[in-house]
Amino acid sequence: MSDGSPHAPGSQPRWRGVVLRWVLPLLLALACAGTFAAAREWLKIAADDLHDPKSPAIGVLQEPAEALASLPHDYVGNQVRWVQALESGAINPRTNILPETKVNLRNTDVLLMHTANMPLVKFPHRQHTLWLDCSNCHDAIFEKKQGATKIGMFAVLSGEKCGLCHGAVAFPLTECKRCHSVERDSAEHKAFGTSLVRERGPS
Amino acid sequence: MTFLPRALVLALGLAVVVPAAAEYADVVLDRNSTKQGVRAVIFPHWFHRIRYRCKVCHSELGFKMRAGANVVQMNDIINGKFCGMCHNGQVAWSPDRCDLCHSAKKGVKPGIYGSSETTGPSKW
Repeated sequence: MSDGSPHAPGSQPRWRGVVLRWVLPLLLALACAGTFAAAREWLKIAADDLHDPKSPAIGVLQEPAEALASLPHDYVGNQVRWVQALESGAINPRTNILPETKVNLRNTDVLLMHTANMPLVKFPHRQHTLWLDCSNCHDAIFEKKQGATKIGMFAVLSGEKCGLCHGAVAFPLTECKRCHSVERDSAEHKAFGTSLVRERGPS
Repeated sequence: MTFLPRALVLALGLAVVVPAAAEYADVVLDRNSTKQGVRAVIFPHWFHRIRYRCKVCHSELGFKMRAGANVVQMNDIINGKFCGMCHNGQVAWSPDRCDLCHSAKKGVKPGIYGSSETTGPSKW
């Protein structure tokens, strides 16, 4: 063993010093940050870097925390599980304002197969049509015909296809498994048989 | 003992790394406002979707899905189109309450604002 080696006994206190001075405080800081993150907080409108703090709207407009704090929790986006908020009755937004509008709902699940090494994507019409009308997606963004629309993560990450809403207004693209939810050859996959479309199951 | 001060400094450092940001899906509209010398408009999706499903505005009122694709003039709104379908002084505040919509800070860029996770479409 030569002198000056990093493992020489003399260098031990130095390591301990680094741990004490920086690593432990960093862990404490992260723990504090985690505590703040766990308690959901929303920026005040005046502090959101978007509104003019001198605007007369400040103090008149509703603050996000006031509207969102009682809704089902999420840790991304608005920190709200929006579909769950609908389903639980926490909110009941209007489906139409014109009495003659036909409110369309659809129940089928669609399987997207070209997902490389990721689990398959199950697209549920039910949750989407609770919010959206058929014409919002068909046929401008997605063709109605099965398999006719090419969808790739590059397009989605660029704000096209699913990415027009996911990453902008619906849950963001960090939540891979919310869409890539069906393992290949799992019972759920097999329930589709040879088809890509299926009436929604019990879940 | 420097332990707590250091923790504090590091915590503040982390706070600086996470910048102040718009609420997820806020849209800044500025086709005309800045040009006309008024503040740009901020449209908060979170506020509206508690009261109306997407399909109301994006189907019945004719707002296209892509931020920036819609040409909405104050005249349209005053005549009951687009925002004016509700912002008519009956359902929601009327178009003469300029400042409530035209409330953006000077210089903010138009577009849809995502969360810290994605900072919006096309910006990974």
